[in-house]
Amino acid sequence: MTISISSTFADLRKDFPILKREVHGKPLVYLDSTASSQKPQSVIDAMSDYYARYNANVHRGVYQVSEEATDAMEKARVKVARFIHAPRSKQVIFTRNTSESINLVAYTWGMANIHKDDLIILTEMEHHSNLVPWQLLAQRSGARLEFIPVTDDGLLDLTIYAQLLQQQPKLVAFTHMSNVLGTINPAQEMIAQAHAAGAIVLLDAAQSVPHLPVDVQALDIDFLAFSAHKMLGPTGIGVLYGKRTLLEEMPPFMGGGDMIRTVSLRSSTWNDLPWKFEAGTPAIAESVGLGAAVDYLQALGMDAVRAHEIEITSYALEQLQQVPTIAIYGPGAEQRGGVVSFTLGEIHPHDLASILDQEVGVAIRAGHHCAQPLMERYNLAATARASFYIYTVKEDIDMLVQGLHKAQNIFSF
Amino acid sequence: MSMDYYREYILDHYRNPRNYGKLEQPDVHSEDSNPLCGDQLSMDLTIEGDRVSAVRFQGRGCAISQASASMLSEMIEGKTIQEVVALGKDAVLDELGISISPARTKCAFLALRVLHRGLAIAGLETPDDSEEEL
Repeated sequence: MTISISSTFADLRKDFPILKREVHGKPLVYLDSTASSQKPQSVIDAMSDYYARYNANVHRGVYQVSEEATDAMEKARVKVARFIHAPRSKQVIFTRNTSESINLVAYTWGMANIHKDDLIILTEMEHHSNLVPWQLLAQRSGARLEFIPVTDDGLLDLTIYAQLLQQQPKLVAFTHMSNVLGTINPAQEMIAQAHAAGAIVLLDAAQSVPHLPVDVQALDIDFLAFSAHKMLGPTGIGVLYGKRTLLEEMPPFMGGGDMIRTVSLRSSTWNDLPWKFEAGTPAIAESVGLGAAVDYLQALGMDAVRAHEIEITSYALEQLQQVPTIAIYGPGAEQRGGVVSFTLGEIHPHDLASILDQEVGVAIRAGHHCAQPLMERYNLAATARASFYIYTVKEDIDMLVQGLHKAQNIFSF
Repeated sequence: MSMDYYREYILDHYRNPRNYGKLEQPDVHSEDSNPLCGDQLSMDLTIEGDRVSAVRFQGRGCAISQASASMLSEMIEGKTIQEVVALGKDAVLDELGISISPARTKCAFLALRVLHRGLAIAGLETPDDSEEEL
Protein backbone atom coordinates (compact mmCIF):
# COMPACT_ATOMS: atom_id res chain seq x y z
CA MET A 1 0.00 0.00 0.00
CA THR A 2 1.31 3.42 -0.88
CA ILE A 3 0.48 6.23 1.46
CA SER A 4 0.59 9.61 -0.17
CA ILE A 5 2.63 11.69 2.22
CA SER A 6 1.16 14.96 1.05
CA SER A 7 -2.43 13.90 1.71
CA THR A 8 -1.51 12.64 5.18
CA PHE A 9 0.27 15.84 5.87
CA ALA A 10 -2.60 17.87 4.44
CA ASP A 11 -4.95 16.17 6.93
CA LEU A 12 -2.92 17.25 9.92
CA ARG A 13 -3.69 20.92 9.27
CA LYS A 14 -6.90 20.47 11.26
CA ASP A 15 -4.73 19.90 14.36
CA PHE A 16 -3.46 23.50 14.17
CA PRO A 17 -6.19 25.91 15.27
CA ILE A 18 -4.35 29.02 14.06
CA LEU A 19 -4.45 27.77 10.47
CA LYS A 20 -8.21 28.40 10.54
CA ARG A 21 -7.85 32.13 11.12
CA GLU A 22 -7.89 34.93 8.61
CA VAL A 23 -5.70 38.00 8.16
CA HIS A 24 -6.95 41.00 6.21
CA GLY A 25 -10.01 38.91 5.30
CA LYS A 26 -7.94 36.11 3.77
CA PRO A 27 -7.02 32.69 5.14
CA LEU A 28 -3.67 32.82 6.90
CA VAL A 29 -0.84 31.25 4.89
CA TYR A 30 1.95 30.85 7.40
CA LEU A 31 5.38 30.64 5.79
CA ASP A 32 7.57 31.68 8.70
CA SER A 33 8.10 28.44 10.61
CA THR A 34 11.84 28.96 10.65
CA ALA A 35 11.23 31.90 12.99
CA SER A 36 8.66 30.02 15.05
CA SER A 37 6.41 27.08 14.29
CA GLN A 38 2.69 26.90 14.91
CA LYS A 39 1.36 24.68 17.70
CA PRO A 40 -1.01 21.72 17.44
CA GLN A 41 -4.00 21.54 19.78
CA SER A 42 -2.33 18.67 21.67
CA VAL A 43 0.50 20.97 22.77
CA ILE A 44 -1.89 23.76 23.76
CA ASP A 45 -4.04 21.26 25.69
CA ALA A 46 -1.08 19.68 27.47
CA MET A 47 -0.03 23.08 28.80
CA SER A 48 -3.49 24.21 29.88
CA ASP A 49 -4.08 20.78 31.44
CA TYR A 50 -1.01 21.32 33.61
CA TYR A 51 -2.33 24.68 34.78
CA ALA A 52 -5.88 23.39 35.26
CA ARG A 53 -5.14 20.08 36.98
CA TYR A 54 -1.69 19.78 38.52
CA ASN A 55 -0.04 23.19 38.71
CA ALA A 56 2.58 23.20 41.48
CA ASN A 57 6.30 23.71 41.80
CA VAL A 58 8.55 20.78 41.00
CA HIS A 59 11.22 18.90 42.92
CA ARG A 60 10.03 20.23 46.27
CA GLY A 61 6.52 19.46 47.33
CA VAL A 62 5.85 16.24 49.19
CA TYR A 63 2.28 16.18 48.06
CA GLN A 64 0.32 14.67 45.23
CA VAL A 65 0.01 17.64 42.89
CA SER A 66 3.67 18.61 43.08
CA GLU A 67 4.67 15.02 42.49
CA GLU A 68 2.47 14.95 39.40
CA ALA A 69 4.06 18.15 38.12
CA THR A 70 7.59 16.81 38.75
CA ASP A 71 6.71 13.56 37.08
CA ALA A 72 5.30 15.34 34.00
CA MET A 73 8.38 17.53 33.65
CA GLU A 74 10.82 14.66 34.03
CA LYS A 75 8.80 12.52 31.60
CA ALA A 76 9.13 15.32 29.08
CA ARG A 77 12.88 15.23 29.59
CA VAL A 78 12.90 11.49 28.87
CA LYS A 79 10.86 12.08 25.70
CA VAL A 80 13.33 14.70 24.50
CA ALA A 81 16.27 12.41 25.32
CA ARG A 82 14.75 9.58 23.27
CA PHE A 83 13.89 11.97 20.45
CA ILE A 84 17.55 12.96 19.98
CA HIS A 85 18.86 9.51 21.01
CA ALA A 86 20.64 10.79 24.10
CA PRO A 87 22.04 7.97 26.24
CA ARG A 88 20.48 9.36 29.42
CA SER A 89 17.80 11.93 30.16
CA LYS A 90 20.11 13.65 32.70
CA GLN A 91 22.09 14.86 29.70
CA VAL A 92 19.09 16.92 28.59
CA ILE A 93 19.22 20.34 30.26
CA PHE A 94 16.24 22.64 29.96
CA THR A 95 17.16 26.24 29.16
CA ARG A 96 15.10 29.13 27.81
CA ASN A 97 16.08 28.70 24.17
CA THR A 98 18.93 27.88 21.80
CA SER A 99 20.70 31.14 22.61
CA GLU A 100 20.72 30.36 26.32
CA SER A 101 21.96 26.82 25.65
CA ILE A 102 24.90 28.17 23.66
CA ASN A 103 25.61 30.88 26.23
CA LEU A 104 25.59 28.23 28.95
CA VAL A 105 28.38 26.36 27.16
CA ALA A 106 30.30 29.55 26.40
CA TYR A 107 30.18 30.74 30.01
CA THR A 108 30.87 27.45 31.79
CA TRP A 109 32.78 25.07 29.53
CA GLY A 110 34.21 28.02 27.63
CA MET A 111 35.55 29.92 30.64
CA ALA A 112 37.09 26.72 32.05
CA ASN A 113 38.64 25.49 28.82
CA ILE A 114 39.25 28.36 26.42
CA HIS A 115 42.35 30.44 27.08
CA LYS A 116 44.37 33.17 25.43
CA ASP A 117 45.20 32.46 21.76
CA ASP A 118 43.08 29.30 21.69
CA LEU A 119 41.23 28.87 18.41
CA ILE A 120 37.45 28.65 18.02
CA ILE A 121 36.19 27.77 14.54
CA LEU A 122 32.79 29.11 13.48
CA THR A 123 31.20 29.65 10.07
CA GLU A 124 30.08 32.64 8.05
CA MET A 125 26.50 31.35 8.05
CA GLU A 126 25.88 31.40 11.79
CA HIS A 127 22.81 32.90 13.39
CA HIS A 128 23.81 35.65 15.82
CA SER A 129 23.02 33.22 18.64
CA ASN A 130 25.95 31.00 17.62
CA LEU A 131 28.26 33.93 16.95
CA VAL A 132 27.88 36.60 19.62
CA PRO A 133 28.37 34.26 22.64
CA TRP A 134 31.73 33.22 21.14
CA GLN A 135 32.69 36.83 20.44
CA LEU A 136 32.03 37.57 24.11
CA LEU A 137 34.05 34.53 25.17
CA ALA A 138 36.90 35.59 22.87
CA GLN A 139 36.85 39.08 24.42
CA ARG A 140 37.01 37.63 27.92
CA SER A 141 39.59 34.94 27.23
CA GLY A 142 41.72 36.36 24.43
CA ALA A 143 40.80 33.42 22.19
CA ARG A 144 40.86 33.69 18.39
CA LEU A 145 37.86 33.22 16.11
CA GLU A 146 38.20 31.85 12.59
CA PHE A 147 35.40 31.32 10.12
CA ILE A 148 34.64 28.66 7.53
CA PRO A 149 33.62 30.66 4.43
CA VAL A 150 30.38 30.15 2.53
CA THR A 151 30.60 29.38 -1.19
CA ASP A 152 28.44 31.11 -3.81
CA ASP A 153 26.22 27.99 -3.77
CA GLY A 154 25.54 28.49 -0.07
CA LEU A 155 27.72 25.61 1.13
CA LEU A 156 30.56 25.62 3.64
CA ASP A 157 34.03 25.63 2.12
CA LEU A 158 35.31 22.38 3.60
CA THR A 159 38.78 22.82 2.10
CA ILE A 160 39.29 25.89 4.25
CA TYR A 161 37.76 23.99 7.17
CA ALA A 162 40.40 21.26 6.79
CA GLN A 163 43.12 23.94 6.78
CA LEU A 164 41.72 25.61 9.89
CA LEU A 165 41.63 22.27 11.68
CA GLN A 166 45.41 22.02 11.31
CA GLN A 167 45.71 24.95 13.72
CA GLN A 168 44.56 22.76 16.65
CA PRO A 169 41.22 24.39 17.47
CA LYS A 170 39.71 23.89 20.91
CA LEU A 171 36.13 24.25 19.70
CA VAL A 172 34.19 24.01 16.47
CA ALA A 173 30.68 25.49 16.67
CA PHE A 174 28.45 25.46 13.61
CA THR A 175 24.85 25.35 12.52
CA HIS A 176 23.38 22.05 11.39
CA MET A 177 20.97 23.92 9.11
CA SER A 178 21.20 27.55 8.04
CA ASN A 179 18.15 29.63 8.95
CA VAL A 180 18.74 31.81 5.87
CA LEU A 181 20.02 29.54 3.10
CA GLY A 182 18.47 26.35 4.39
CA THR A 183 21.82 24.61 3.83
CA ILE A 184 22.10 21.32 5.72
CA ASN A 185 25.74 21.08 6.66
CA PRO A 186 27.55 17.70 6.58
CA ALA A 187 27.60 17.38 10.36
CA GLN A 188 28.78 13.77 10.52
CA GLU A 189 31.87 14.44 8.46
CA MET A 190 32.62 17.81 10.06
CA ILE A 191 32.30 16.47 13.61
CA ALA A 192 34.55 13.49 12.86
CA GLN A 193 37.17 15.83 11.41
CA ALA A 194 36.92 18.17 14.40
CA HIS A 195 37.37 15.29 16.81
CA ALA A 196 40.35 14.00 14.85
CA ALA A 197 41.86 17.47 15.31
CA GLY A 198 41.20 17.30 19.06
CA ALA A 199 38.36 19.84 19.15
CA ILE A 200 35.05 19.79 21.01
CA VAL A 201 31.97 20.36 18.82
CA LEU A 202 28.84 22.36 19.50
CA LEU A 203 26.08 21.89 16.95
CA ASP A 204 23.43 24.61 16.67
CA ALA A 205 20.42 22.43 15.93
CA ALA A 206 17.72 25.09 16.22
CA GLN A 207 16.69 24.42 12.62
CA SER A 208 17.63 20.75 12.31
CA VAL A 209 16.04 19.03 15.32
CA PRO A 210 12.55 20.27 14.29
CA HIS A 211 12.96 19.14 10.69
CA LEU A 212 15.36 16.17 10.45
CA PRO A 213 16.15 12.99 12.35
CA VAL A 214 19.04 13.93 14.69
CA ASP A 215 20.92 11.22 16.59
CA VAL A 216 23.44 12.71 19.00
CA GLN A 217 25.21 9.38 19.50
CA ALA A 218 25.48 8.50 15.82
CA LEU A 219 26.81 12.00 15.14
CA ASP A 220 29.04 11.83 18.24
CA ILE A 221 27.99 15.34 19.21
CA ASP A 222 29.58 16.95 22.28
CA PHE A 223 27.02 19.74 22.70
CA LEU A 224 23.69 20.22 20.92
CA ALA A 225 21.40 23.23 21.30
CA PHE A 226 17.81 23.75 20.14
CA SER A 227 14.51 25.47 20.99
CA ALA A 228 11.04 24.04 21.58
CA HIS A 229 9.13 26.79 19.80
CA LYS A 230 10.50 25.91 16.38
CA MET A 231 9.37 22.27 16.76
CA LEU A 232 5.65 22.69 17.56
CA GLY A 233 6.36 23.44 21.22
CA PRO A 234 6.01 26.58 23.32
CA THR A 235 8.33 29.56 23.59
CA GLY A 236 10.42 29.93 26.73
CA ILE A 237 12.06 26.51 26.75
CA GLY A 238 15.10 25.19 24.95
CA VAL A 239 17.46 22.28 25.31
CA LEU A 240 21.15 21.77 25.79
CA TYR A 241 22.38 18.23 25.32
CA GLY A 242 25.94 17.45 26.34
CA LYS A 243 28.20 14.47 26.75
CA ARG A 244 28.02 13.35 30.36
CA THR A 245 31.70 13.78 31.24
CA LEU A 246 31.74 17.28 29.79
CA LEU A 247 28.60 18.32 31.67
CA GLU A 248 29.83 16.82 34.92
CA GLU A 249 33.14 18.65 34.75
CA MET A 250 31.59 21.99 33.88
CA PRO A 251 31.03 24.56 36.62
CA PRO A 252 27.41 25.69 37.10
CA PHE A 253 25.93 28.49 35.02
CA MET A 254 23.43 30.44 37.08
CA GLY A 255 23.14 30.10 40.83
CA GLY A 256 19.89 29.75 42.72
CA GLY A 257 17.30 27.30 43.88
CA ASP A 258 17.20 23.73 42.60
CA MET A 259 20.77 23.74 41.28
CA ILE A 260 22.34 23.15 44.71
CA ARG A 261 22.90 20.12 46.90
CA THR A 262 23.93 21.93 50.09
CA VAL A 263 24.15 25.64 50.82
CA SER A 264 25.95 27.34 53.69
CA LEU A 265 26.43 31.06 54.08
CA ARG A 266 29.77 31.16 52.29
CA SER A 267 29.72 28.17 49.95
CA SER A 268 27.55 25.59 48.27
CA THR A 269 27.79 22.27 46.52
CA TRP A 270 26.03 21.46 43.29
CA ASN A 271 23.11 19.26 42.44
CA ASP A 272 23.42 16.34 40.02
CA LEU A 273 22.83 16.61 36.31
CA PRO A 274 20.70 18.01 34.83
CA TRP A 275 19.52 20.20 37.71
CA LYS A 276 23.02 21.63 38.32
CA PHE A 277 22.29 23.81 35.28
CA GLU A 278 18.64 24.58 36.05
CA ALA A 279 18.61 27.34 38.66
CA GLY A 280 15.24 28.56 39.87
CA THR A 281 11.74 27.36 39.13
CA PRO A 282 11.90 25.95 35.61
CA ALA A 283 9.45 26.41 32.74
CA ILE A 284 7.19 23.57 33.89
CA ALA A 285 4.19 24.09 31.62
CA GLU A 286 6.58 24.64 28.73
CA SER A 287 8.41 21.39 29.42
CA VAL A 288 5.06 19.58 29.36
CA GLY A 289 4.25 21.33 26.07
CA LEU A 290 7.62 20.34 24.63
CA GLY A 291 6.92 16.73 25.61
CA ALA A 292 3.62 16.87 23.74
CA ALA A 293 5.38 18.40 20.72
CA VAL A 294 7.88 15.53 20.69
CA ASP A 295 4.98 13.05 20.88
CA TYR A 296 3.38 14.73 17.88
CA LEU A 297 6.56 14.66 15.78
CA GLN A 298 7.37 11.08 16.74
CA ALA A 299 3.91 9.92 15.72
CA LEU A 300 4.62 11.36 12.26
CA GLY A 301 8.20 10.12 12.22
CA MET A 302 11.09 12.45 11.49
CA ASP A 303 11.92 10.65 8.25
CA ALA A 304 8.42 11.42 7.02
CA VAL A 305 8.77 15.04 8.20
CA ARG A 306 11.96 15.37 6.18
CA ALA A 307 10.39 13.67 3.14
CA HIS A 308 7.45 16.07 3.28
CA GLU A 309 9.76 19.07 3.44
CA ILE A 310 11.85 17.86 0.51
CA GLU A 311 8.64 17.57 -1.49
CA ILE A 312 7.38 21.02 -0.50
CA THR A 313 10.78 22.67 -0.89
CA SER A 314 11.34 21.12 -4.33
CA TYR A 315 7.92 22.36 -5.39
CA ALA A 316 8.63 25.81 -3.97
CA LEU A 317 12.01 26.09 -5.73
CA GLU A 318 10.44 24.91 -9.00
CA GLN A 319 7.56 27.41 -8.79
CA LEU A 320 9.61 30.33 -7.51
CA GLN A 321 12.27 29.91 -10.20
CA GLN A 322 9.60 30.74 -12.78
CA VAL A 323 8.90 34.14 -11.25
CA PRO A 324 10.64 36.81 -13.35
CA THR A 325 13.46 38.81 -11.68
CA ILE A 326 13.62 36.51 -8.64
CA ALA A 327 17.01 35.64 -7.14
CA ILE A 328 17.05 32.57 -4.89
CA TYR A 329 19.90 31.96 -2.46
CA GLY A 330 21.23 28.62 -1.26
CA PRO A 331 21.52 25.04 -2.47
CA GLY A 332 19.07 22.58 -4.11
CA ALA A 333 16.28 20.80 -2.22
CA GLU A 334 18.35 17.72 -1.30
CA GLN A 335 20.88 19.77 0.62
CA ARG A 336 18.35 22.28 1.89
CA GLY A 337 15.84 22.32 4.70
CA GLY A 338 12.43 23.95 4.23
CA VAL A 339 13.78 27.48 3.84
CA VAL A 340 13.93 29.65 0.72
CA SER A 341 15.50 33.11 0.87
CA PHE A 342 15.04 35.30 -2.14
CA THR A 343 14.89 38.81 -3.49
CA LEU A 344 12.53 40.02 -6.19
CA GLY A 345 14.01 42.55 -8.57
CA GLU A 346 14.36 45.93 -6.95
CA ILE A 347 11.46 45.42 -4.56
CA HIS A 348 12.62 45.78 -0.98
CA PRO A 349 11.90 42.62 1.06
CA HIS A 350 9.91 44.64 3.61
CA ASP A 351 7.64 45.96 0.90
CA LEU A 352 7.28 42.42 -0.40
CA ALA A 353 6.36 41.12 3.05
CA SER A 354 3.78 43.89 3.55
CA ILE A 355 2.17 43.24 0.17
CA LEU A 356 2.06 39.46 0.72
CA ASP A 357 0.46 40.03 4.12
CA GLN A 358 -2.14 42.51 2.92
CA GLU A 359 -2.96 41.14 -0.52
CA VAL A 360 -2.87 37.37 -0.06
CA GLY A 361 -2.57 36.74 3.69
CA VAL A 362 0.90 35.20 3.32
CA ALA A 363 3.23 35.60 6.31
CA ILE A 364 6.92 35.59 5.39
CA ARG A 365 10.00 37.02 7.05
CA ALA A 366 11.92 39.96 5.64
CA GLY A 367 15.21 41.28 6.92
CA HIS A 368 18.64 39.98 7.83
CA HIS A 369 17.29 36.94 9.75
CA CYS A 370 19.75 37.48 12.62
CA ALA A 371 22.61 36.56 10.29
CA GLN A 372 24.14 39.91 9.32
CA PRO A 373 27.59 38.52 8.39
CA LEU A 374 25.96 36.11 5.95
CA MET A 375 23.98 38.98 4.41
CA GLU A 376 27.24 40.88 3.97
CA ARG A 377 28.79 37.80 2.37
CA TYR A 378 26.10 38.00 -0.32
CA ASN A 379 26.22 41.81 -0.35
CA LEU A 380 22.56 42.02 0.64
CA ALA A 381 20.85 44.34 3.11
CA ALA A 382 17.93 41.99 3.46
CA THR A 383 16.12 39.09 1.86
CA ALA A 384 12.59 37.78 1.90
CA ARG A 385 12.34 34.30 3.37
CA ALA A 386 9.60 31.71 3.06
CA SER A 387 9.90 28.67 5.30
CA PHE A 388 7.91 25.48 5.60
CA TYR A 389 6.90 22.83 8.07
CA ILE A 390 4.70 19.77 8.42
CA TYR A 391 1.49 21.76 7.85
CA THR A 392 2.72 23.52 4.70
CA VAL A 393 0.88 22.45 1.55
CA LYS A 394 1.47 23.18 -2.12
CA GLU A 395 -1.48 25.58 -2.15
CA ASP A 396 0.49 27.76 0.29
CA ILE A 397 3.33 27.99 -2.21
CA ASP A 398 0.84 28.80 -4.99
CA MET A 399 -0.52 31.67 -2.88
CA LEU A 400 3.03 32.93 -2.28
CA VAL A 401 3.73 32.92 -6.01
CA GLN A 402 0.43 34.70 -6.70
CA GLY A 403 1.42 37.33 -4.13
CA LEU A 404 4.80 37.84 -5.78
CA HIS A 405 3.07 38.51 -9.10
CA LYS A 406 0.80 41.05 -7.37
CA ALA A 407 3.84 42.74 -5.89
CA GLN A 408 5.41 42.95 -9.32
CA ASN A 409 2.25 44.53 -10.70
CA ILE A 410 2.15 47.10 -7.91
CA PHE A 411 5.80 47.96 -8.43
CA SER A 412 5.87 47.77 -12.22
CA PHE A 413 7.35 50.94 -13.57
CA MET B 1 -7.34 54.98 7.32
CA SER B 2 -6.53 52.28 4.85
CA MET B 3 -3.81 49.69 5.44
CA ASP B 4 -3.14 49.82 1.72
CA TYR B 5 0.47 51.02 1.80
CA TYR B 6 1.10 50.95 -1.88
CA ARG B 7 -1.15 53.67 -3.18
CA GLU B 8 -0.24 55.31 -6.42
CA TYR B 9 1.00 58.57 -4.87
CA ILE B 10 3.24 56.69 -2.44
CA LEU B 11 4.70 54.62 -5.25
CA ASP B 12 5.11 57.80 -7.26
CA HIS B 13 7.25 59.34 -4.53
CA TYR B 14 9.24 56.10 -4.38
CA ARG B 15 9.80 55.96 -8.14
CA ASN B 16 10.36 59.66 -8.61
CA PRO B 17 11.73 60.94 -5.32
CA ARG B 18 11.54 64.72 -4.92
CA ASN B 19 14.62 66.62 -3.76
CA TYR B 20 16.84 63.60 -4.24
CA GLY B 21 20.58 64.13 -3.88
CA LYS B 22 23.04 66.02 -1.71
CA LEU B 23 23.88 69.65 -1.06
CA GLU B 24 27.47 70.87 -1.43
CA GLN B 25 27.57 72.97 1.71
CA PRO B 26 24.65 72.04 3.90
CA ASP B 27 23.91 73.86 7.15
CA VAL B 28 22.26 70.73 8.44
CA HIS B 29 23.44 67.20 7.68
CA SER B 30 22.50 63.91 9.23
CA GLU B 31 22.27 60.27 8.27
CA ASP B 32 20.98 57.12 9.82
CA SER B 33 20.07 53.57 9.02
CA ASN B 34 17.45 51.18 10.17
CA PRO B 35 19.45 48.15 11.27
CA LEU B 36 16.48 45.80 11.01
CA CYS B 37 15.98 46.21 7.29
CA GLY B 38 19.08 48.03 6.12
CA ASP B 39 17.26 51.20 5.09
CA GLN B 40 19.69 54.10 4.78
CA LEU B 41 18.98 57.77 4.59
CA SER B 42 20.95 61.02 4.61
CA MET B 43 19.47 64.50 4.59
CA ASP B 44 20.98 67.91 3.85
CA LEU B 45 19.39 71.31 4.45
CA THR B 46 20.52 74.83 3.78
CA ILE B 47 19.10 77.65 5.87
CA GLU B 48 18.61 81.22 4.72
CA GLY B 49 17.41 83.60 7.39
CA ASP B 50 15.05 81.53 9.44
CA ARG B 51 13.86 79.38 6.53
CA VAL B 52 14.87 76.11 4.91
CA SER B 53 16.04 77.27 1.49
CA ALA B 54 16.93 73.86 0.09
CA VAL B 55 16.63 70.24 1.07
CA ARG B 56 18.05 67.06 -0.43
CA PHE B 57 17.94 63.48 0.71
CA GLN B 58 19.61 60.32 -0.44
CA GLY B 59 18.97 56.78 0.56
CA ARG B 60 17.99 53.30 -0.23
CA GLY B 61 15.40 51.08 1.31
CA CYS B 62 11.78 50.13 1.20
CA ALA B 63 9.09 52.15 -0.54
CA ILE B 64 7.65 53.40 2.73
CA SER B 65 10.94 54.77 4.04
CA GLN B 66 11.92 56.40 0.75
CA ALA B 67 8.46 57.78 -0.07
CA SER B 68 8.11 59.27 3.39
CA ALA B 69 11.53 60.92 2.98
CA SER B 70 10.46 62.39 -0.34
CA MET B 71 7.19 63.66 1.13
CA LEU B 72 8.95 65.08 4.17
CA SER B 73 11.39 66.95 1.93
CA GLU B 74 8.46 68.66 0.23
CA MET B 75 6.89 69.45 3.58
CA ILE B 76 9.93 71.29 4.91
CA GLU B 77 11.10 73.16 1.84
CA GLY B 78 10.61 76.89 2.40
CA LYS B 79 9.28 76.40 5.93
CA THR B 80 10.60 78.31 8.94
CA ILE B 81 12.94 76.49 11.28
CA GLN B 82 10.31 76.80 13.96
CA GLU B 83 7.77 75.01 11.77
CA VAL B 84 10.23 72.28 10.84
CA VAL B 85 11.25 71.72 14.46
CA ALA B 86 7.58 71.28 15.33
CA LEU B 87 7.02 68.54 12.72
CA GLY B 88 6.09 65.28 14.35
CA LYS B 89 4.90 61.79 13.52
CA ASP B 90 1.29 62.86 13.04
CA ALA B 91 2.25 65.27 10.28
CA VAL B 92 4.14 62.52 8.43
CA LEU B 93 1.27 60.06 8.87
CA ASP B 94 -1.22 62.65 7.56
CA GLU B 95 0.91 63.15 4.50
CA LEU B 96 1.32 59.41 3.91
CA GLY B 97 -2.44 59.04 4.27
CA ILE B 98 -2.22 55.44 5.44
CA SER B 99 -2.10 53.78 8.80
CA ILE B 100 1.22 52.14 9.53
CA SER B 101 1.44 48.84 11.34
CA PRO B 102 3.82 48.79 14.31
CA ALA B 103 6.37 46.71 12.41
CA ARG B 104 6.69 49.39 9.74
CA THR B 105 6.81 52.55 11.86
CA LYS B 106 10.61 52.56 11.81
CA CYS B 107 10.42 52.72 8.01
CA ALA B 108 7.82 55.47 7.95
CA PHE B 109 9.63 57.69 10.47
CA LEU B 110 13.25 57.11 9.44
CA ALA B 111 13.38 60.41 7.52
CA LEU B 112 11.76 62.31 10.38
CA ARG B 113 14.34 60.90 12.78
CA VAL B 114 17.19 61.86 10.46
CA LEU B 115 15.76 65.37 10.11
CA HIS B 116 15.45 65.98 13.83
CA ARG B 117 18.84 64.50 14.54
CA GLY B 118 20.34 66.85 11.96
CA LEU B 119 18.60 69.86 13.48
CA ALA B 120 19.87 68.83 16.92
CA ILE B 121 23.44 68.42 15.66
CA ALA B 122 23.22 71.88 14.10
CA GLY B 123 22.05 73.28 17.41
CA LEU B 124 18.67 74.32 16.01
CA GLU B 125 16.66 72.16 18.38
CA THR B 126 17.12 70.37 21.66
CA PRO B 127 17.60 66.66 21.21
CA ASP B 128 14.36 65.00 22.14
CA ASP B 129 14.90 61.55 23.62
CA SER B 130 11.37 60.54 22.81
CA GLU B 131 12.23 60.85 19.12
CA GLU B 132 14.55 57.87 19.57
CA GLU B 133 11.47 55.78 20.25
CA LEU B 134 10.11 56.50 16.79
